[in-house]
Amino acid sequence: MMLTILTFLPVAGALLMLIFMRGRPNAYKMTALVTTIITFAVSLYIAAQFTTGDASFQFQEDHSWIGNLGIHYHVGVDGISLLLVLLTTLLSMVAILGTWNSIKDRGLAFFISLLVLETGMIGVFVSMDLFLFYLFWEIQLIPMYFIIGIWGGARRVYAAIKFFLYTFAGSVLMLVAILAIVWWYSRHGGFLTFDILTLQKAGFNGTIALWSFAAFFVAFAIKVPMFPVHTWLPDAHTEAPTAGSVILAGVLLKMGVYGMIRFCIGFFPEVAVRAMMPVVILSVIAIVYGAAMSLIQPDMKRLVAYSSVSHMGFVTLGLFTFTVQGVQGAILQMVSHGILTGALFMMVGFFYDRTHTRLIKDYGGMARPMPVAAAFFSLFVLGSLGLPGLAGFVGEFLILVGSFQYYKVFAAVASIGIIIGAAYLLWMYQRTMFQQANEKWLSLKDLNAREIVTLVPLVGMAIWIGIYPHTFLNMVDAPAQNILTQVQPYLAQHGDGLVRMVSALFGGAK
Amino acid sequence: MSDAHLLVLSPYIALAATAVVVMLTTAFYHRHLLLAGLTATGLAATFACVLVAGAEDRRATALLRMNDVSLYFIGLLVVVALAVVALSYGYLGRTERRFGDFYTLLTLGALGGAVLAASAHFASLFLGLEVLSVSLYGLIAYPRRRPQAVEAAFKYLVLAAVTSAMLLFGMALVYAVSGTMLLDKVASAGAGLAGWEAAAYKAGLALVFAGVGFKLALVPFHMWTPDVYQGGPAPVIAFLAAASKAAVFVVLLQSLAPLDPQRGGVLVVVLSVVAYASMLAGNLLALFQQNLKRLLAYSSIAQLGYLVVAVVSSGAAGGARGAGTVAVAFYLTIYALALLAAFGVIAVLAHAEGEPEALSQYRGLGHRRPALALVLSVSLLSLAGMPLTAGFIGKFFIFRAGAGAAQWGLLVVFALTSAMSLYYYLRVIITMYRLEVAPYAAALATSPGGMSAGRRAADRVAVAALVLLTASTLLLGVYPPVLLRLIEHAASVFR
Repeated sequence: MMLTILTFLPVAGALLMLIFMRGRPNAYKMTALVTTIITFAVSLYIAAQFTTGDASFQFQEDHSWIGNLGIHYHVGVDGISLLLVLLTTLLSMVAILGTWNSIKDRGLAFFISLLVLETGMIGVFVSMDLFLFYLFWEIQLIPMYFIIGIWGGARRVYAAIKFFLYTFAGSVLMLVAILAIVWWYSRHGGFLTFDILTLQKAGFNGTIALWSFAAFFVAFAIKVPMFPVHTWLPDAHTEAPTAGSVILAGVLLKMGVYGMIRFCIGFFPEVAVRAMMPVVILSVIAIVYGAAMSLIQPDMKRLVAYSSVSHMGFVTLGLFTFTVQGVQGAILQMVSHGILTGALFMMVGFFYDRTHTRLIKDYGGMARPMPVAAAFFSLFVLGSLGLPGLAGFVGEFLILVGSFQYYKVFAAVASIGIIIGAAYLLWMYQRTMFQQANEKWLSLKDLNAREIVTLVPLVGMAIWIGIYPHTFLNMVDAPAQNILTQVQPYLAQHGDGLVRMVSALFGGAK
Repeated sequence: MSDAHLLVLSPYIALAATAVVVMLTTAFYHRHLLLAGLTATGLAATFACVLVAGAEDRRATALLRMNDVSLYFIGLLVVVALAVVALSYGYLGRTERRFGDFYTLLTLGALGGAVLAASAHFASLFLGLEVLSVSLYGLIAYPRRRPQAVEAAFKYLVLAAVTSAMLLFGMALVYAVSGTMLLDKVASAGAGLAGWEAAAYKAGLALVFAGVGFKLALVPFHMWTPDVYQGGPAPVIAFLAAASKAAVFVVLLQSLAPLDPQRGGVLVVVLSVVAYASMLAGNLLALFQQNLKRLLAYSSIAQLGYLVVAVVSSGAAGGARGAGTVAVAFYLTIYALALLAAFGVIAVLAHAEGEPEALSQYRGLGHRRPALALVLSVSLLSLAGMPLTAGFIGKFFIFRAGAGAAQWGLLVVFALTSAMSLYYYLRVIITMYRLEVAPYAAALATSPGGMSAGRRAADRVAVAALVLLTASTLLLGVYPPVLLRLIEHAASVFR
């Protein structure tokens, strides 16, 4: 029952607000906040009860739902999904507290959208039935569309529609793939089922595996977003209100990677191994390209958005190295990117609330009126550029270690991305916080208590992951090993050939 | 004629009796509430008859074949007609002074549809179609002081008359060479023919198909749809879109049922081409529509295209026939629910001068009439196939049927055009929830208070009906087994 409670708590809170609290901003804001706090507490409780080191799914619930189609309400978590659920509940709480006063018009609908979004996101991570997964995957699109399209910036409708069309095109492809593999399984010795665990053992091969992998992969690559299909992200991020950007960067992008782990690799390990090379190349392009684009952005939010492209490139790079370090690093990088980029968007939001501009050139010398904000900002900037001791470093380091074993050249190119990352983040920090002070902003108030309380958990997490990542690595160790055991036989078959090809191409042999 | 026959035919008897009673009452007591109440009672009685008529596959007369599929669709037609009565009551009260003929025509239209749903013979097919169409001419032109409505009715009249002529000629050709007018024999009658006879047979079938295609507004026979949808009164268009298309579609489904899929090669090709064209044209033309009624017209062209995908798949070999029929029956139901709700919202918002058509008139509706905006949003999301609405389950079934028949090309287009359709549906929804309010929507805020007690009651009836439709859409989206059991049982006649 715990997972069901966790999933539907936010919606229950939203219903309460809708029925009893129309037109009473303080009441519904407080209810929204309390709901997310309780949800976070429940997820912590689940984490406390969770047995680490066990690769199997825990807290499972399984009920028949649409029986004659083999559709079940089946939920459960393993280490990876639990970690992402924790990230979701934490960031939802932070997002609501952080945008307490930013939404002036129709706040009720806004906070309800956020809560529905939370249910959708948790649902995606706990679903163990493909149908249920798809359902939640689609559900979270609608509130996000509204959040961008109604409460967003000047070009909100354009950004919202672009966001929707990209992700929906992806999810339609995914639906085709889901039905194709379900149909294939029911034809080839199986029965009609959407159960993820059953289908993982089905051993898809040949054409069906290739095409389904491709469809799943494109759907998730759009969400991540990977290099050629990333163009919706800067617009969506820039136009979304602060809470929207935090959730989008913090959690929604992770759903893409989660899908790749669960389905692309889980269902079709052989095709995944064959696809290693192209994915690694696209990831490296994303790393460098995203970083280079960040360098020239005049808008702080756009800069952070492009840095997400770069950082998510590290995640896919690590995942598709199929090494222990790479995969663990990828998962850890997801969490730390969620925390740090979420925090950066939150900071930009706090500045925007005061100045109503996001352009770097409008700022300058902000450290003088807002020293506390500048201190927090520096911590997140340093974390994001990969300073040892903070969250960003651990994941990127593990990923580079993992990829260096196979792809020396690519690891080297990817580390250029880190260097550019330091450049654009520090440069932005310098231009906004230091340099000549803009007279207009000298009278601005520093962060208030609510804003500081919002940021403290993020700081705590950034330091915790940076100094003692073992807590989190332990959680994902067993499932990560599980992924590797799945691909191992195919790696032996195709992998060596790939490595030899790379070596021949680039010289740096193992 | 035995008692069993009477029982099977009881829905028709009830419908016809309702039409006569309403017509006679109109002549003596022209009270709106009484007429609407009588019609609703008659329709409810018909629904009861449908429930008790519970049929095995038996030929009630030479012309009608009553099986569970036809019964299901007659039930659906009656429910649609009931919803249209609930919507029309307020609509007519606001826009018209004569009411009686409207309900007579509506009941007759339902009767025509019911005949179609069970027709087993060219004669009953033609009769049903004509009864349905002729009542629709009258219904569309009912607001006769509104030139757009009269224009729409004439457009429909001329095209439908041409279609009927084609249909008749096609039937004549088929009968001339095959000697049969029974639908289940017609399909296989072409086997032994050669030379000019085979050519005449094929031409005849093509003409019949064109006739059916016109009624369903499939591409390339769709030209009339946007104009008629735009000009006609909203409740009537709801009936036209939901009931008349469902009735004609059953004919398509039932007459293709005995068709051998292996030899149906040409037909499968023709249907596939029509499906591709309808899905693409409907969705592409809807993309940039600024008129909600025209948008719904194009969207319904696309929806019918989706349905043809299911029909094509139901023609496949193996056990997939049941899957295709289930998909069609379920999808037609949820399509009817969604279109009724969408046109119902337009009907509730209409006043004596006309109906709100331009999308810009809906700006800010979400703040002025939240219930109506919610109803329209849910029905549009259902048409788009969003999860948790019935539309998703419907599309899911079409997918399943298509995958079972390995129609991957159709499925890919189906998937992509569905994705595309979200663009225009969401455009409507976001317009309704825009922060600024259009003058039209702004005027609405004051009108419910300024209404007379009777009008407010009528408004409430319509809104209650809409909420019921929306609730069913959501219920079927969350827990489809409630309806699925019924449909799967009905579809088992084709196994």
